[in-house]
Amino acid sequence: MLFNFISEAQTIQLAVILPLIGGVAVMWLGERNRNLREIASLLTAGLEFVLVASLTPEVLAGAQPSVDMFEMLPGLAMTLTVEPLGQLFALIASGLWIVNTVYSIGYMRKNNETNQTRFYVCFTIAISAAVGIAYAGNVLTLFVFYEVLTISTYPLVTHAGTPAAVQGGRVYMGVLMSTSIGFLFLAMLWTYNLTGTLDFTDGGILAGKVEGPELAVLMFLYMFGIGKAALMPTHRWLPAAMVAPTPVSALLHAVAVVKAGVFSVVKVIVYIFGIDLLTVADGDNWLLYVAGFTIISASIIALRQDNLKRRLAYSTVSQLSYVILATAILAPISIAGAVLHIAAHAFGKITLFFAAGSIYTAAHKTEVSQLDGIGKRMPFTMAAFGIGALSMIGLPPTVGFISKWYILSGALDAGNGFAILVIIASTLLNAGYFLPIVYAAFFKDQKARDPSDPNHKYDRHGEAPVAMVVALSFTALGTLVLFFYPDVPLALGRALVGG
Amino acid sequence: MSGAEMSDPWLILLVVVPLLAAPLCVLVRSPAGAWAMATAVAWGVFAIAVKLLIGVLDQGEAVYRIGGWDAPWGIEYRLDLLGAFVVLIVAAIGAVVMPYAKRSIEREIRRDRIYLFYAMMMLNLSGLLGITVTGDAFNLFVFLEISSLSSYVLISLGQDRRALTAAFRYLIMGTIGATFYIIGVGLMYQMTGTLNFTGLRTIMPAVIDTRTVAAALAFLSVGISLKLALFPLHFWLPNAYTFAPSAVSAFLAATATKVSAYVLLRILFTVFGEVDLFAAFPLQPILITMAIAAMFLASLSAIWQQNVKRMLAYSSIAQVGYIVLGFALASEAGLTGAIIHMFNHALMKGTAFMAIGAVIHATGAVTLKDLEGIGKRMPYTMGAFVVAGLGLIGVPLTPGFISKWQLVSAALELDMWPLAALILLSSLLAVMYVWRVFEVAYLREPKITTRVEAPLSMLLPTWILALAVLYFGTNATFTLNVAQTAAQRLMGGL
Repeated sequence: MLFNFISEAQTIQLAVILPLIGGVAVMWLGERNRNLREIASLLTAGLEFVLVASLTPEVLAGAQPSVDMFEMLPGLAMTLTVEPLGQLFALIASGLWIVNTVYSIGYMRKNNETNQTRFYVCFTIAISAAVGIAYAGNVLTLFVFYEVLTISTYPLVTHAGTPAAVQGGRVYMGVLMSTSIGFLFLAMLWTYNLTGTLDFTDGGILAGKVEGPELAVLMFLYMFGIGKAALMPTHRWLPAAMVAPTPVSALLHAVAVVKAGVFSVVKVIVYIFGIDLLTVADGDNWLLYVAGFTIISASIIALRQDNLKRRLAYSTVSQLSYVILATAILAPISIAGAVLHIAAHAFGKITLFFAAGSIYTAAHKTEVSQLDGIGKRMPFTMAAFGIGALSMIGLPPTVGFISKWYILSGALDAGNGFAILVIIASTLLNAGYFLPIVYAAFFKDQKARDPSDPNHKYDRHGEAPVAMVVALSFTALGTLVLFFYPDVPLALGRALVGG
Repeated sequence: MSGAEMSDPWLILLVVVPLLAAPLCVLVRSPAGAWAMATAVAWGVFAIAVKLLIGVLDQGEAVYRIGGWDAPWGIEYRLDLLGAFVVLIVAAIGAVVMPYAKRSIEREIRRDRIYLFYAMMMLNLSGLLGITVTGDAFNLFVFLEISSLSSYVLISLGQDRRALTAAFRYLIMGTIGATFYIIGVGLMYQMTGTLNFTGLRTIMPAVIDTRTVAAALAFLSVGISLKLALFPLHFWLPNAYTFAPSAVSAFLAATATKVSAYVLLRILFTVFGEVDLFAAFPLQPILITMAIAAMFLASLSAIWQQNVKRMLAYSSIAQVGYIVLGFALASEAGLTGAIIHMFNHALMKGTAFMAIGAVIHATGAVTLKDLEGIGKRMPYTMGAFVVAGLGLIGVPLTPGFISKWQLVSAALELDMWPLAALILLSSLLAVMYVWRVFEVAYLREPKITTRVEAPLSMLLPTWILALAVLYFGTNATFTLNVAQTAAQRLMGGL
């Protein structure tokens, strides 16, 4: 506990509510007091991280503090429980929110975006929902915040208001809503019907309640119901979400939203099904193959994307399935690796998106083929991009190496040849779609744009605004630091599997 | 029916006060005076409704014998938990719509007719409440006619000339429905010699095998289904709700179909409560088929509407499908789902119609094309609409989620998997028709950018209801418990 004057239970609840309070402040200050508004955003983000971080020592010591917010349905409360996995997710989301706010301020101002107040307000709701998901003590709470996250991010995705944004928004809502209402909701009620509880419990709640094909069907409903995990073919919303301003793609569609997806997957497998049940019952064999298929085919699609943000999006689809694959192996060490990979990918991918955003802001370039020689004009941005790319591929000295190492050793332990093959193949593919960008940026010469191109006047650009460069350097540094000090995420991952 | 039961005078006051207020509105004549009286009565009725609900929760039932005559000879008013819950719905909606109506009606109805509007609203309120509290089948018919006739007049007061044909069509259909109902009551009276619901219930097992009772059941069900707008007997509803004055659409959409659903429940589970109705007649497949057809076809129609009021009207038909589906499951969980959805839908649809009424008041716009960018011009009004719209979809933290939870649980409990899937599938259609409005309202640029909020007297009631939507979606423990107890008592006998 950090403060003496608020109890632990209050700290947990406040962690969910605080961003909303910040949101009200942001709305109240509005466009007329934009500097104060930005300060309010930053202050909220900072305070939020302090709140979340203050819970870490206890969780590492093995405690799982829990609090009921209110009883929504008779006998079913909205419960917040802090356990290792959720704590890690909350730390990542709230920590990167600070960095992202700094970056957003630079991005939104430089690009003269409209409706900035709405943008920041929706962001606070989304973060509140993400922390709510992280601390969800039962499936109902998870589902509620999951849907809040979907709805609060819709105005962010469609921020531009262009026909393309509207179209992207439709795919976004369509896929996420239909999977969650159609599958996840049904899975939740089925579970409740079978067990009479929805609490996330160590060892799972389904053992002895469901078996055989029914288990596989329930698993199917959960895995495809959690559309945010972007398991193929429910991944279509993620590339569609790329019409959003880049800070949104960076924090939400590389960190908060997608991590909420894989986080939910891990949580459902560990705390609802239970690893022991799945080890015996084989209900999730297919999951391994679907995740493997997603990893490889998303990588192949990424290879063919010229739009930088779309390439990054498909890379995310592929990386998310790493987490699912690692969990589906069911070896404790690979699950710890999955947890670490959530953190590793968060830092790496947000760096890559930050870089894409600053390229757009400084040079008005969006396509991979335009990036020749850009490293000379934007050395910080592209160096950070390179570090992020290394982490995606899984090379030292980046944290991506460690998480991949754990996943791979889990696969080796379990003797899972398919998983090993997938990991190796995808590493090569990752290298195939990231390294050429880095190479071209530093070793090729810039091609001037045609004078008829309205953007050619940006050809003599320099670095992006300082707020953006600071943010992306920070996350790139984080990727390196976590390689040397992965202790906290690893400890939380180990605590999850009881090792 | 011993005379020892305490007579509760509040039961009769609930009906008589608005009934007497109607002629008084005519006498007062001045629009402001009529409005003040109607609002005061609506709030008084709401207070009585709350008092009655608390009493019924506490003591079981409330009874009032008119003229002190005992049941088979006199008319008995009897309020159980289900009735008290429906009374609360009607009274609450009346209490928020009445203050809202003032400014809304001033723009929509000629000044010299405004007092008539309030008189008719009072009659309608009295009729709907009367239907709910009476324990007598013929007395119910009388109140059914009071509420129906007054609603024909209310609808015909709409600005658009098509309101007249809409009201006329409703008149024809409503009269057929009422006639069917009274034929059914007549047949039952012939077989049992009583009109009292409790009496009917007791005698029913002895006569259930007769063809007359079968015919009576058919006439009653069809007659009420017409008033309920159960697919395929819904054709009067879309135009009626579209062209009626905004306050009328809001009031009727939130209450009229709920009260009809209540009557259907009374017939199926009180009058026929002692016999195994669902075994004796193929009621379940018929009701489920019609409910599902309503859920899908009406939702699909809603998706194609350009007029937002009409879209909401089709959505109402679809929502009636959910309510009837709950009946059709004939289980405690299913009935609970139906009853809670009656309450939840009243809140959500009331909010939606009131919000769109505020838009009409401020801008005159009602088609999607006119609503472009309205979210920026009327942020507060559209905020309430968003709350209601999310509720219709069934997003968590709105009552729609609670209803869906309960209905899907009920289907799963009976191992009716396809039904559970269909409920969820149809709620995806709601996403489509609601989201069309959101897109137009928020993602298009308005042609005129000035802010035009509705007057506070309209905004405030709308938001009171919207906050109720949020509250009862977040904390459904109370409403679900009431619905569940009501369902238990209905399944287990009066």
